Amino acid sequence: MNLPLSWLKDYMNTDGIDDATFTHMLTMSGSMVEGIENPSKEINNVVVGKILSVEPHPDADKLVVCQVEVGEDAPIQIVTGAPNVFEGAVVPVAKHKSTLPGGIKITKGKLRGVTSMGMMCSTDELGISDERATGILILPEDTPVGANIVDVLGLNESVAEFEITSNRPDCMSIIGLARETAATFDRPFSIPEIIVHENAESIHDYASVEIQNPELCSRFVGRVVKNVTIAPSPEWMQRRLKACGIRAINNVVDITNYIMLEYGQPMHAYDLDHVAGRKIIVRNAKEGEKLETLDDQPRELQASMIAISDTEKAIGVAGVMGGANSEVSEDTTLVMFEAANFHPVAVRRGAKALGMRTEASALFEKGLDAENCMDAINRACQLMEELGAGEVVGGIIDLYPGKKEQRVLPFEPEKMNRFLGLSVSEEEMIQILNRLDFKVEDGKIFVPTFRNDIEGMADVAEEVARIYGYEKIPTTMMQGGVTVGGKNKKQKLEDAIRDSLCDAGLYETVTYSFIDPKENDMVLIPESDVRRKMVVISNPLGEENSVMRTDMLSSMMKVLRTNYNRRNLEAGIFEIGTVYLPQGETLPRETQVVAMGMYGMGDFYDLKGKVEQLLEEIGIFAYGFEPCTDNPSFHPGRCASLILNGKAVGVLGQVHPKVAGTFKVGADVYCALLDFEALLSGYTTDRQFKQLPKFPATSRDIAVLLDASVNVGEIEKIIKKQNSPILEGFKLFDVYQGEQVDAGKKSVAYSLSFRADDRTLTDDEVNAVMEKILADLEKELSAQLR
Amino acid sequence: MQEQLTAIREAATGALNQAETLAALEELRIQYLGKKGELTAVMKGMGQLSPEERPLVGQLANQVRSEIETALDEKKNALEAEAANAKILNETIDVTMPGKRSGKGKKHPLTTVLDDLKDIFTGMGFTIAEGPEVELDYYNFEALNIPKDHPARDTQDTFYIDENVVLRSQTSPVQVRTMEQQKPPIRVIAPGRVYRSDAVDATHSPVFHQVEGLVVDKGITMADLKGTLEVFVKKLYGEETRLRFRPHHFPFTEPSAEVDISCFNCGGEGCRICKGEGWIEILGCGMVHPRVLSGCGIDPEEYSGFAFGIGLERITMFRYGIDDLRLYFENDIRFLEQF
Repeated sequence: MNLPLSWLKDYMNTDGIDDATFTHMLTMSGSMVEGIENPSKEINNVVVGKILSVEPHPDADKLVVCQVEVGEDAPIQIVTGAPNVFEGAVVPVAKHKSTLPGGIKITKGKLRGVTSMGMMCSTDELGISDERATGILILPEDTPVGANIVDVLGLNESVAEFEITSNRPDCMSIIGLARETAATFDRPFSIPEIIVHENAESIHDYASVEIQNPELCSRFVGRVVKNVTIAPSPEWMQRRLKACGIRAINNVVDITNYIMLEYGQPMHAYDLDHVAGRKIIVRNAKEGEKLETLDDQPRELQASMIAISDTEKAIGVAGVMGGANSEVSEDTTLVMFEAANFHPVAVRRGAKALGMRTEASALFEKGLDAENCMDAINRACQLMEELGAGEVVGGIIDLYPGKKEQRVLPFEPEKMNRFLGLSVSEEEMIQILNRLDFKVEDGKIFVPTFRNDIEGMADVAEEVARIYGYEKIPTTMMQGGVTVGGKNKKQKLEDAIRDSLCDAGLYETVTYSFIDPKENDMVLIPESDVRRKMVVISNPLGEENSVMRTDMLSSMMKVLRTNYNRRNLEAGIFEIGTVYLPQGETLPRETQVVAMGMYGMGDFYDLKGKVEQLLEEIGIFAYGFEPCTDNPSFHPGRCASLILNGKAVGVLGQVHPKVAGTFKVGADVYCALLDFEALLSGYTTDRQFKQLPKFPATSRDIAVLLDASVNVGEIEKIIKKQNSPILEGFKLFDVYQGEQVDAGKKSVAYSLSFRADDRTLTDDEVNAVMEKILADLEKELSAQLR
Repeated sequence: MQEQLTAIREAATGALNQAETLAALEELRIQYLGKKGELTAVMKGMGQLSPEERPLVGQLANQVRSEIETALDEKKNALEAEAANAKILNETIDVTMPGKRSGKGKKHPLTTVLDDLKDIFTGMGFTIAEGPEVELDYYNFEALNIPKDHPARDTQDTFYIDENVVLRSQTSPVQVRTMEQQKPPIRVIAPGRVYRSDAVDATHSPVFHQVEGLVVDKGITMADLKGTLEVFVKKLYGEETRLRFRPHHFPFTEPSAEVDISCFNCGGEGCRICKGEGWIEILGCGMVHPRVLSGCGIDPEEYSGFAFGIGLERITMFRYGIDDLRLYFENDIRFLEQF
């Protein structure tokens, strides 16, 4: 919403309020000023000049040399290429050392060797028009030479741009903003009386109106003006319209737009001679009904829209746009003005369905005050008279099926003070409310009809607070019930996982949670896999962001791809990412996956080490890994399942080279995907102190020869199976395949450590366990001691 | 014999002074003091001496032995000190060579700033609430006083799954879910992902993060809202930061406000970052709308509350001077390692 500040003077005294104060005060009272523009501030040293002579340029066919009288001792010489200059023309002249809108500086110079002391200006150069002009602006002959162009053209107009919130349609009008301004500065506010000199005829002899759907049209006010002369509207009106971003058309149309700006009430003007039966009917549109709107576009209406029609055909879409068939044109002589109130939802749906959000529909869809219609239409008639544009016919058609009771609320000053944490006196509250046109009497607040947003104490409290000043509300600390803050177990685990994986050298990522369904193919998820069942967005930005992910692998791969493409030599990343799993109910199950990914940072065992460290740091020690050969996304020989409590709860391994290739990562990629819920059920921060050993440990190293295909995990299972109380620990320290052992065999070496809490172990005790282990290794794995 | 002893003393002292290594010194000890050493050999001849001579020579012999021992010790200490010094000198390294690192990764900058927020609010007695991202239309809109056909629900803003299910466009639905499950006193923050149908550019992303805050109790005032947010802002941006509460409108709070902070870059003078205004908008807030409270079964006559919503990407941008939202989601390691 744009407000030319000079327009405020119609309703209040604005003396002494400068632009900066206005901006600050209105913003702080709730009408956000986004900026104040005054293009004339950029115009300096531009005056009215008169061209005394026009001579051809000696060296350029398209240039001419002019002598221009600018109110100084001698004329100045200006070279121009403009085609429309002539001797005697009065024009704007930007002199040497002048400025124009857009920060343009004009200084003297030479054009093809001839001195030019400035520039003659076109409308766009002066910022009056947005369109590129074809020539210099020619001013009336009697314009005083040497006068400041800003004064001559009345350009000195500051226009404030407001961001008006959707609850305040009343502020989508000059009067509404003036009321706010007056209330903010605590100055008197009044709307000039509207006087209409109607003739002795009756409107009922000219036109009639019928509302067939009163639930969608709560009021329709019409007045007729006869003997209309269509002409351009006066310059002052055009300037105000332009400042508000509206193009002038003719006096009748301009008046409707002017009223819409001034009162926030959309208006329409019908050429009554083109309204069949001179009858206006408000009704539901028929499905598929055709209408050409004012913008000359053919439209097809829907049953949910409100149509304005005559006795034969539709002549407008209510609240959105009128029809071309009853449009006011050059030869219009009989006009009917409409100021009506249409249902906000119906207008909004209609505008949306037609794909045309107009200024009128934007107002109606916020819900307007039906009481405003009468003043708006009378003001339009007053302007018709003032402009000499026609003769107002006596009488008014006013159909008002939806008149609302004025809302009355209890006046609760103490409650409001308690709610706000303020102590404003009752008198001051009343005074503030009065400034906003609320009446307070006998403990009751009478809410003005244009404030449909005021429904209860909290709303009134806001009115008081914003005018009193939010900045005057003190800052206090909450009293009341004590609450113990903190993180729950899940949130603490998230922190612990982040700490562990950062320590392990991985960087945390944040990736989009919607993906392209094609990514399922890219990571080789089988067609029948349950992860193919996804939550689908019905209005996605594009196919690439159209389904909610059920797996984190492609999210990891996309980040690795980005880093690989950008020639980062190595990348290690992780994310505790949410996946969205449809489960046959209204909402999907949202669960988290701890995803890790890396290239250039080692091999499978580096990744596995990070997983093991993570598990132990969150208190999970009873874990195992088993080969996983059937996950199509991973290398079948380099992939393991993480086993907790006998269940596979994660996968880690080298991403299948085909997948890495699809993502164009030319390095071995390792990823892990661990089920967060499973980690959560094992997560503990409990630790139990164990006495430091008092007796020495005995260590034994063994090397066994076995089939190369046997995983060392099998050996460890056998060692663990002994359940020996004196076995303190064991560690793999060598795996050898090569010349020293037979083909198809490998040598595996372990170091075992034995210790008892209460004594030094004897060789016999240790040997007994070792022998048992070796025997089992031989029996179960055919392992030979080397 | 006395001459022999003095001769040994002379020779030993001289040799000791010449010795340059600990090994040479040990050889000299064996030569003079060892079981087969010179002094021992002389002592062995003491039996042949007269009883008168024996104590005199014995005394001299002990004296010589003691002197040689002392000299040996002194020399040994000196040589050891010399060797230690030489070793230290040999161990000199180039301390200007780079240090060795353990190769740590880092948390995402959004997480780091969110962690700060969590610390600040948990310290004020808040717990952390969570809610689904694929959310019922009811929680995302209707229960927040945004009925069907409210302009805020335009499909160009919100991603829909179907008529009743959306990708939540704000974290505010967690307010409603919390109030349905928990009776006052309530103090929660609810950080999380939200979704809006905005094309990607430097300041827009279809996925971003909000941190919702909600307090409901008896006697909660708008002054409490101001006080709580002032504590938060000053802890996050520094004690000298000033706040400005500006009236605004949200359907689910009344009164509502937007909060600006004095520009961290220019301190309020006006600069490029604050677009010359001296103020930067960082959050929206207000008193929980009575209709929202009663919709959750909380009597607005008895209880009041406030709520706020912070854009995590925005406050993180200001914290680190990040100028493009896309960087957060690209996850280039060279970006992530800076924080």
